[in-house]
Amino acid sequence: MNANLKPIPGSEALLEVAHAFKSFPKGDGGELLVLDDVSLTVRAGEIVGLLGRSGSGKSTLLRLIAGLAEPSSGDVHYLGNRVAGPAAGIAMVFQSFALFPWLTVYENVTLGLEALHVPRDEIRRRSLQAIDLIGLDGFESAYPRELSGGMRQRVGFARALVVHPNILLMDEPFSALDVLTAENLRSDFLELWSDGRLPIKGVVLVTHNIEEAVQMCDRILVFATNPGRIVTTIEVTIPRPRDRLDPEFHALVERIYVEMTAKPGRGTTPRVERVAGTGIDTVLPRVSSNILSGLIETVAAQPFGGKADLPEIASELQLEIDDLFPVAESLQMLRFAEVEGGDLKLTADGLAFAGAESDERKRLFARHLLAQVPLAAHIRRVLDERASHAAPKSRFLDELEDHMSPESAEQTLRAIVSWARYAEVFAYDDETTMFSLENPT
Amino acid sequence: MPQTQTAWTTASRGAPSRFDLIALLLVVGLLAFLAEGSRGVLAPLTTIEASPVDLNPWHLPEYAARSTLRMLVAMLVSLLFTFTYATWAAKSERAGRILVPMLDVLQSVPILVFLSVTYFWFMSLAPGRIIGAELAVLFGLFTSQAWNMAFSFYQSLRTVPTELTEAARSFRLSGWATFWRLEVPFAMPPLIWNMMMSMSGGWFFVVATEAFTVGTRTVTLPGMGAYIALAIERKDLAAVGWAILAMLVVILLYDQLLFRPLVAWADRFRFEQEPGSIPPRSWMLEAMGKSILVARLLRTMRRTWRQVGAAFTAAPGLPRLESPTHARRLDLAAVIAVALLLVLAAWETHKALIVGLTAHEFGVVLGLGALTTLRVFVLILLASLVWVPIGVWIGLRPEVARIAQPVAQFMAAFPSNLLFPVFVAAIVRWKLNADVWLSPLMILGTQWYILFNVIAGASSMPGEMRQVATNLGVRGWLWWRRVALPAVLPFYVTGALTASGGSWNASIVAEVASWGDEHLEAAGLGAYIASASNAGDPHRLALGAVVMILYVLAINRLLWRPLYYFAERKYRLN
Repeated sequence: MNANLKPIPGSEALLEVAHAFKSFPKGDGGELLVLDDVSLTVRAGEIVGLLGRSGSGKSTLLRLIAGLAEPSSGDVHYLGNRVAGPAAGIAMVFQSFALFPWLTVYENVTLGLEALHVPRDEIRRRSLQAIDLIGLDGFESAYPRELSGGMRQRVGFARALVVHPNILLMDEPFSALDVLTAENLRSDFLELWSDGRLPIKGVVLVTHNIEEAVQMCDRILVFATNPGRIVTTIEVTIPRPRDRLDPEFHALVERIYVEMTAKPGRGTTPRVERVAGTGIDTVLPRVSSNILSGLIETVAAQPFGGKADLPEIASELQLEIDDLFPVAESLQMLRFAEVEGGDLKLTADGLAFAGAESDERKRLFARHLLAQVPLAAHIRRVLDERASHAAPKSRFLDELEDHMSPESAEQTLRAIVSWARYAEVFAYDDETTMFSLENPT
Repeated sequence: MPQTQTAWTTASRGAPSRFDLIALLLVVGLLAFLAEGSRGVLAPLTTIEASPVDLNPWHLPEYAARSTLRMLVAMLVSLLFTFTYATWAAKSERAGRILVPMLDVLQSVPILVFLSVTYFWFMSLAPGRIIGAELAVLFGLFTSQAWNMAFSFYQSLRTVPTELTEAARSFRLSGWATFWRLEVPFAMPPLIWNMMMSMSGGWFFVVATEAFTVGTRTVTLPGMGAYIALAIERKDLAAVGWAILAMLVVILLYDQLLFRPLVAWADRFRFEQEPGSIPPRSWMLEAMGKSILVARLLRTMRRTWRQVGAAFTAAPGLPRLESPTHARRLDLAAVIAVALLLVLAAWETHKALIVGLTAHEFGVVLGLGALTTLRVFVLILLASLVWVPIGVWIGLRPEVARIAQPVAQFMAAFPSNLLFPVFVAAIVRWKLNADVWLSPLMILGTQWYILFNVIAGASSMPGEMRQVATNLGVRGWLWWRRVALPAVLPFYVTGALTASGGSWNASIVAEVASWGDEHLEAAGLGAYIASASNAGDPHRLALGAVVMILYVLAINRLLWRPLYYFAERKYRLN
């Protein structure tokens, strides 16, 4: 924790978000709610993490705080003033680095000071100071294209810090980097933060990496998707520097996995409900049958033997939660596995699938697909009933769009086509956009 | 992204090599030869009376159909040229060395010069028959379409991923099969974009060439161009209006029925799909995909094609690899052939240009070229001042860009010479200075390239980059200087150089204009060439053409190409 800026309970908040809602207009005239009644407070000396899967609105929330977007209702207050438009004192670091390729490292860093009309001498002094602090000396005249990803993101940090913001917003700043580089950058940042050498008072970090959140944050707000909202808040009291091998660290990671895969309860309607739904209104993730088979095989094999701890699989297979969760949920939907208490447990058919040959696997998959996924059964039924055994894609797309956005409908149909092709329960021709029972010749 | 393709990524960079000079001499020699040759065939020609054109707007669909047919035939010829010339240049190191610079020079020759110097030669092929004129116009259209298509194809052939080539070789595909199964599909998307670009240019020349005057003769081929020429002669503004309307409909149909389906179809050949990009769609293609008749037709065509392919593949003795001695002999033969051609070219150039050329006349033509250069640059500058801010504004608003982008492309395809009479009538009516007021006609059709390239540039700017600027409070002039202008620069340069090339081409039509019996002329190289062509003076025609080629080449090499590379290297994202 920052030595100079210990959060004092009840002290004045740096930042306050109160009952923020955000929705975007949909193609059909309706509204898509991406943030549902989100409130949070950031105090001096705190790193607050927004943890969730993609589509949970956490990046949108960050942009509301930065004043890059307006909430549909609710307020954002920074140092007691309402945020309307980009506020001085709030700087941002981006996932894609977002450096200007035509400006050198030095020019990229000075841009924000130029916009503030800071005198030339001071621009120079502060920029060199920031470049020095972030470990970029010697690279001043380089262009971004000459730098590695890690060095580019350092420029991103220097550019944000040089304006001496009170709050630093970080939008998945390490997720575009390889594992080693990300770790190196994270620990450098945390060291500067703990030593009180950064000219910032508070940090908001958006991430979908659970371990990163536990390593960096003082408080983690866990988000759920559709619409994005905070499901739980977790205080992290493990002393810094934090060790990933520490049992306490591990226990907390485990606990967050459990929270994020929890069954619905207490009046909320998280997405697990929709996965187990009975209608065709379920948005299906695009998960290839290869990955499904791969995960079943991995869990069936030793050392797991049919039941595996999600964090363990994630680290074993080097999967981010955005990769792992949709696979686990698909297996759950197909009743090849159960997810409970942060564990993935194969069902009897799941185990049978793991031991079967290719043809038998396809038969099993087809049976589960038609029995457990209403959309697959629906399409099959329509094709069976028609004399031509064929139906246009638009027929099902229209039906789906009654329940979901056009993009989700498109994605869902693609997902079902991919599964159906594997299971050989119906065919789809992308040229004619027709579903049929024929197998292609 | 609908961005204009340029050939320069393939052409040699930096200082001109000896191959550039050889190419220049070969092309100039060819033009001189044709121009000179046309003098000899002037006499035996009898005046051609084509079926007379009628200003009744009910004839317009027929004229439009005839013009469109000419475009289509020329496009087929251009495709044939592309598949042979570009393939040769790409497959043979030796041939490529001279063929690629040749293409670069050919690209700089104003289209109407090709037409002027070849007109009588083509007419002499079929004396007294309309088919000669048709061939001449076809050739002119071909020269307006073929070069950039060939360049695009050449570039694609050179950049086929090694792994795919290796896969094809490991499956022992024949050269013929590799060409059709790998190389042509890989080259398809950029080729189709270039075909669209060529078509846009082609409409301009079909209008300009259907009523073409060389010497004392005006040959009229029924079509949109002939219709508008007659409307100008009769000072019939209503007929001009009808022609403009008909042309709008034709381009719209062409776009919807031919090119949109082609683009949507060619999307499957894209090697790398950017995630999140929306594949192009076409109602026409989707409708055709559902038709059983079309499916049956396609099956038959495929079967025939396979049989043709099988015949080629089965043919034994197609040497895949040349033996060293064989290669050396070929090399020698090629060097001798090129040397002979060079001597011939030098002789023709000498006869047509050097003999009887006074330093004074050369100076005058150079001066006229400078005037036209000045016009082109001032116009590009003015157009940029207008369209760059507007393009950036549009490009940053996706919902506006979705509407504006196709409109800009549409405007670029519209042959601006159909609009000339309206302007010329106004100049005559208010007795304006022709030197100044004829100039805007040169950029009337080409300014849109600047607009739609800038729109493409601004809309391709990543969202996070725009958010950084907002987050840091970068505003006003600082924003334009550090963010917006650098972001669109590579796109702008592409647009501006296309506009510049197009304006040079247009100058021959734009610097001389008439309305009924009133003739307007602006001093410039375009007017010089036009009047030489009208007077049937091969000597002045060749001189004007060569000077224009030199100007265009020099401007490309000294300004646009360095600027293009600079922008590509420094400003291109990723």
